[in-house]
Formats: sequence, C-alpha cells, structure tokens
Amino acid sequence: MPLPADVDTTSPKYLRDKYAIVGVGETTYTRGSGITTRALGTWAVRNAIADAGLKPSDIDGMLSYQSGDSTFGPFIAGDLGIRLNFYMDVFGGGSSTEALCGMAIGLIEAGMCKTVVIFRAMNGFSQVRIGGTGARAAAPVQGDMLHGRAYGWQSAGQMFSLSFMRHMHDYGTTPAQVAAVKAIHSEHAGNNPKAYYKERVTVEDVLNSRMICKPLHLLDCCVETDNGTAIIITSADRAKDCKHTPVLIRGVVGRCNKPRMDMHYQCGPISTVAGHYAKDILWPNAGVGPEDVDITGSYDAFTFTTMLQLEDYGFCKKGEGGYYVSDGTMRLGGRRPNNTSGGHLCEGYTHGVNMVVENVRQLRHDVDDSCPIGPDGKRQHTYDYRPGGCRQVKNVEVSANLGWAMPGTGSAMVMRRGA
Amino acid sequence: MAVSATYLGMPLEINDLDLENLAYFKYCAAHDFHLQRCDSCGLLRYPPTTGCPFCGHAKSTWTRVEGKGAVHSYSEVHHAIQPAFKQFTPYLILLVDLDTQKGKPTEHHALRVVGNLAMPDGKLAPLDMVKRVGIGSRMRMVFADVAPGLSIPHWTIDEAAQQPAKPWRYPE
Repeated sequence: MPLPADVDTTSPKYLRDKYAIVGVGETTYTRGSGITTRALGTWAVRNAIADAGLKPSDIDGMLSYQSGDSTFGPFIAGDLGIRLNFYMDVFGGGSSTEALCGMAIGLIEAGMCKTVVIFRAMNGFSQVRIGGTGARAAAPVQGDMLHGRAYGWQSAGQMFSLSFMRHMHDYGTTPAQVAAVKAIHSEHAGNNPKAYYKERVTVEDVLNSRMICKPLHLLDCCVETDNGTAIIITSADRAKDCKHTPVLIRGVVGRCNKPRMDMHYQCGPISTVAGHYAKDILWPNAGVGPEDVDITGSYDAFTFTTMLQLEDYGFCKKGEGGYYVSDGTMRLGGRRPNNTSGGHLCEGYTHGVNMVVENVRQLRHDVDDSCPIGPDGKRQHTYDYRPGGCRQVKNVEVSANLGWAMPGTGSAMVMRRGA
Repeated sequence: MAVSATYLGMPLEINDLDLENLAYFKYCAAHDFHLQRCDSCGLLRYPPTTGCPFCGHAKSTWTRVEGKGAVHSYSEVHHAIQPAFKQFTPYLILLVDLDTQKGKPTEHHALRVVGNLAMPDGKLAPLDMVKRVGIGSRMRMVFADVAPGLSIPHWTIDEAAQQPAKPWRYPE
C-alpha cells in the first residue's frame, strides 16, 4: 500500500531510503550440491552482480556470516577478481541478514566503501547439518553447553520448543493453527520453480507427520539444504544506474535482544520473543507501522517462529498469532502474504537471505514464477495463484523482513519500492 | 582441577580456567545445589556467570539453594540428536522455576533451572513417568553422578508435594 501521507520521505533521519538493494542472487537449492561452499558463494555473488547490472570491479565491500561452516569472503572475492576496500566475516546464523544490511549502510555512510555484497554459503545438508547432527553433535560438551547439550537440549528445535510450548499454554495456541504456516508456505512454494519442496501439504499432513520434539512435528521444521545466496547494497543515488527498479531500505533493527541473552529463559514472559523489543526500533526507524506493510518475510525455521514474530512485531494482538497465521491473511491473495517463495520451510534453508531476496523481487514487481515473459522481457503476471501459477503480489509497495536467531534475538528490515 | 568424563556417550569437559563451572558442578557432585549470590545486590543467578546479570558486580558467594520448584515449560523429545539419548525417547527437557527468588527482581523473573525428567537416582525417566509431568508439576532436584567433581542436576516428581490436579500438557 502507498506510504502514509504524513511520512516525511525527504528527511535523512535514520538514513531512511538513502540506501538500496540493487542486486540479488542465489544458487539452486539442493540436498547434495556436490561443490564447496567457496563455489556456492562465488556462484551466488556472481549472480547478484549480474542481476544488478554491475561488474565485479564495482563491488568494493563484502560481508558474510557463518558458524564455522563456510568460506571466508576473501576467497569469494578472489574467485571473482574483486579487490575489496572492506570485508568482514561474522559469526552468526538466522537474523544476520537484516543486521548485515544495516551494517552495510553504516560502512558506506562511513565512507569505508561504496557498494557492498552480503553472502551466505552453506552445505547445510551435505556438510554441516543445521539440525545439529554429525560433526556438531560429536564435539566435546564444555562451558555453557554443560547446561544445555548435556540434557539432550541441543538442536534449534529442542532449544526453542520451551517458548513454543509456553505460548500454547499461555494463549491456547493450537498445533493446527501453527501448522497452517507450513501449509500456506507450501502453496507459495508450488508457484516457485526454484523451491526444493514444491509439493503442497495440508494442515493434516503436518499434524500427521512424526513428532520431533513437542510441539514440533517433522513438517513444522524447515528443510536442510545446500545453497549460496547474495544481496548487493549501494546508495540510492548509485542505484539509479543499476538494472532494476531499486528497492529502498526504510529502516533496520539488528540483533536486538531480550534480557539475559546468555540464558534468555531467565527473564519472561518466555512466550514473548525479541521482536517485542525490536519493534520499537524498527517501526520508528522505518516511519511506517505493521498496517502499512503489504508483504512479510517472517523467518520460518519452524512454523512457530513465523507466528511468534508476526505477533511480537505487532501484526496482531499479543496472543492472537495462532489466528493471524491461520486465517488466510498471509496466503497469496490474502491481505499480507508471508514468505511468498515458500521460505525456509519449503524453498530452502539459507539463514534468512532468501526471504530478503524474495521480497526484493516482489517489490520490483518481478518475481520469478511461471508466468509468461512478454515482448518487453518482463513477466506478464496473471495474479492467478492456483498451483503452478503466479506468485507476484499485486501493487506491493512496502515489505517487512523479520529475522530470527532464537527466541531471545532477532533482526528486521523494512523495504519499499523505489522509483 | 579440570574434569573430563563421558556422560550418555558425550565427552564432558570442565577445564582449569572455567572456575565458575568447576565450583557449580563440585557442589552438584556433593548433591548440595549451590548458586552464586551477588555480593552487591544479593540476587542469585543461574547458570554460573562471571558477573552479576542484575547489577554487573564481579564478586559473588556460592550459596545453598533448595532444589524445589514447578515446571515453567518443557519439551518432549521424540527424535534424539545424540545417539545415547535414543534409548530414552521420549525424554523431557524441563525448565523449572525454583521457589527460591521466584518473581524477583520482577514478576517476569525466576531462577529457571534446566534438567531432564529423571528417576530419583538420576537416570532418565521411563514413559509412564514422562506422561505425568507438565507445566505446573512440582519437582525436586536429583543428580546423575558422572565423575568426581561432576554430577548433572536433574528433576524428578516431588511425590511429597501437592501436585496440580491437571498439569498442562501438549494436547494429544
């Protein structure tokens, strides 16, 4: 929807609209890439550069995130002939994407570089599995892990479930309501030729899938995949010379936390997540509120993470997340679709990048669905969301990405369609 | 002194530098649960830390704490990650609000101590016991002895306490 009339879009306050995402790229989403994370990262960055209409030599900043499971930036830069004026590889998983977008803005604003690529490359299925099996499970248990992993409390699902269960207890949220997240994202994935899982599933399919750790059934959990993903950020001025309609960054909040991040369950309510705090930075920075947002990208490591974040960022009243995610609002054709690519539950697991990539394409009004390409080289979107059809949302102007690291930590970013 | 042991197939290590965990688990090994009490603000904290999470003060004193409380939340694990846990599935991961210091310093705070649901001897609980526990269940602390200087605190049903008529459990 259009921005509210009383928003001062000329103001540089909080650097609103001063920076843009001009390029996005990814590899295929597979389970068994057959190549290194170095090759995946190089592939994704190359695609993002081409998407922006830039040359490798136009990139002079690089940021990446990983958790000991990927290749550092200098090797990706080397493989593309890029000389960097700045790079940094940070430790992190989910919620890093939006946080690094904010950092990229700061880097450029500080004059340290001009155009930054952010990448995440991972063999999350074939090498270091995100679910915590394999190499990660075999490492010695020491330090803070003595109070976690020693209890068989290790995987993300196991760690987060205490929040999810307490939400059900506190608000009466039902398994079926939350399972709707997977069902809806699977509908979206069915219209995404890139998605790893394109098959539609129902709420019943989710509830009938085997229990992993209560309240999470197998289909409440995201897929583990191998992939590289990349985003390019530069100033709105430079963005005018790039290939696509620029997507402007309205506001960011990065790695915002609940109290006691060393062990966030010490301070409740534990059915509330970091978005409760992050929203008070995100919306004032962006100069918009939840009602102004046309599409969301609420991180779906699990069905519950999507629900909890939408609730705590204020898309519905506290405790009503179960209704919000199951009443059709976030389905294609609904009031505010979420994760139109299928997200982590269906498209592929990227630690957040693919949800930003998808919203960038939505804001360009040019998602890569199966609609026919017209004589002008652009897709002729039909807005027919039946299986295998369109997934472009009509007249998208504003998006919000809500990144999740864990119940106690999150990031978010509001973007808008530029001119 | 450093501790190195194997518990449920996992290598556990507390090195010589980890003074806080050495002290914590030494008290656990004596089946005498202790937490750090801040020498400045007087609040207890869990798990062990190197400074007070409430006021930042550096110094604290290990203080005996009663291992009793009620389940605040839990997960029931059916798909174990660590191989040795598979024989115990489904097992419970419990987050228990200690009675001590509950609701302090604010209503949202409690000393929420993690543990598995265990038998009084510290072995993970069988299915019939798992089915009896939910949010609100009254628990008492027990210990799994691993090695000299290392026992793991767990939770068992406090049979002496009055239990809620129907603890909240995931709907079946």
